[in-house]
Amino acid sequence: MVEELVILSGKGGTGKTSLAASFAVMGEREWILADCDVDAPNLQYLLEPTIEEQHPFSSSAIARIDKDRCDECGLCRTHCRFDSIDSTFEVDDVGCEGCGLCSYVCPRSAIAMQPRLSGYWFRSQTRGGIMLHAQLGFGEGNSGKLVARVKEEARQIAQASPLPRVLVDGPPGVGCPVIAALSGATAALLVAEPSISALGDLERIAEVCAHFQVPAGICINRFDAQPVYSDHIASLAKRLALPILGRIPYDEQFTWALLEGRTIVEGDTNRAGKAVRALWQETVTTLL
Amino acid sequence: MPSIACASGKGGTGKTTVATNLARIMAYERDTHLVDCDVEGPNAHHFFTLESTQRSPVHVPVPHIDLSHCDLCGVCSDACAFHAISVLADTALVFPELCHGCGVCAYICPRNAITERPRTIGSVLEATCDGMAFTGGSLNPGEPMPPPIIQAAKKTARGRDYIIIDASPGSTCATVEAVHGTNFCLLVTEPTPFGLSDLRMAVGMCRRLDVPYGVVINRSDLGDGRVEDYCKEEAIPVLGRFPSDRCIADVYARGALIVDHNSAWEDRFRGLLMALDRLLKREVNHG
Ligand code: SF4
Ligand code: SF4
Repeated sequence: MVEELVILSGKGGTGKTSLAASFAVMGEREWILADCDVDAPNLQYLLEPTIEEQHPFSSSAIARIDKDRCDECGLCRTHCRFDSIDSTFEVDDVGCEGCGLCSYVCPRSAIAMQPRLSGYWFRSQTRGGIMLHAQLGFGEGNSGKLVARVKEEARQIAQASPLPRVLVDGPPGVGCPVIAALSGATAALLVAEPSISALGDLERIAEVCAHFQVPAGICINRFDAQPVYSDHIASLAKRLALPILGRIPYDEQFTWALLEGRTIVEGDTNRAGKAVRALWQETVTTLL
Repeated sequence: MPSIACASGKGGTGKTTVATNLARIMAYERDTHLVDCDVEGPNAHHFFTLESTQRSPVHVPVPHIDLSHCDLCGVCSDACAFHAISVLADTALVFPELCHGCGVCAYICPRNAITERPRTIGSVLEATCDGMAFTGGSLNPGEPMPPPIIQAAKKTARGRDYIIIDASPGSTCATVEAVHGTNFCLLVTEPTPFGLSDLRMAVGMCRRLDVPYGVVINRSDLGDGRVEDYCKEEAIPVLGRFPSDRCIADVYARGALIVDHNSAWEDRFRGLLMALDRLLKREVNHG
């Protein structure tokens, strides 16, 4: 069984990636890393991967209309539910979902479905160990499938190790990529920043974890910036029966470390760095 | 009737702060509609006192297989590009969460065994606040597909003089759906390596969608010059540079608007609105 820890936040910008990179460094190469924020893969700025393998990723299709055969009857346009064929019979490749309905309805067989390149995935070496990551093309959909692929590759590599463990930096939100990141996970660490908005975000992501039966714990980041809302988060955690695994203080060191391309746990040990170390210990012992 | 999307390649850059405060300033003088299209993390409503609220469900069509007509031929499951139907030895199953509502299965079933039924995946909330119209979309937890909610939310704002859309962070399907067809996209970023890399993605998305765009650099004093350099190189207009300010974090945390509490910030947002007006005018003249 591969143990899999997913770091999520419900919304972005809560410091999830900075924590994931710190964990990767503290994991002492025992974890296979998977950057599943394929929309904005940022672990690379802290872990400086050397790319060993690059693979194209295409999981869906796109309609192509053969203009020589098309007699512009317009049947495809009336059937398309994604409004993706315009009056000049050009396919809008952003809107096209690749369902193929147009190719079935076309009486002149003028429409073929072609595979579309949605992005790339990579296998790299970093100072935190092997990392799987990906990059989705501009405005491409299918992030959920790319997440599933990255995780699958990470799991396969992990399986070969005596202590098979995968650390996943998850995507923001609660939609398909998050669900893909959570699927089959052992546990989730939810990173929240104290504010009125965070309460709703946290409750939603906790609900998704519960829905997919993934046990979760909470980290309050920048807890001292808004103590009142930190208390609200603590009460919410109690109500949801989720443990609080750590409280990280606000520290501009996070930004400065990022600008230098290092994590908060490398270099001088400061207050925030210590809190991140404690969080990692607590997360591993409580959740796994 | 210009519509302006506020987006950001990554979360936590202050996108919602920009969208909500800009909407407030705009609503002082103009017929304004704020649409929260960040349906996976809808937060804009926290910043206003909403009145006469009305919530309506958003449905998507999903197939229903009438097993008394189905002969388990499997044509539907072969044709479904999203693997949302599985035909077994003795039954046919639909996985609603995987279904994109494309209609292929109902069209193709040789025995007319498939009809489509509405399924609720979330809701939109319509309201007014101090003369401004507001719509917020929300995706039900466990549901994977935000775009239908975003479409429904955007539809409610048709016909207003000014529409401000709070888009979801990122540059994939949900953000695309929100930004698509708007007249301008404000990209809120911060001057860090993360901010720059995500900004590049967001710019790539705007170019692909053919939506004109400009940048607001938030916490502009906390980072380095790479975002500025990038904007200069790419000739991307920077419409605002907002300093990091403890006060804005405090006001945001408790769900209030900084322009209501601090005149320096009110001036900054008025400046942003003026810069935006100039660019919109230019777009209208060129377009
Ligand atoms: S195509 Fe129609 S008859 Fe064939 S398995 Fe599907 S529902 Fe049943
Ligand atoms: S409507 Fe489209 S996506 Fe849904 S089950 Fe039918 S073929 Fe598949």
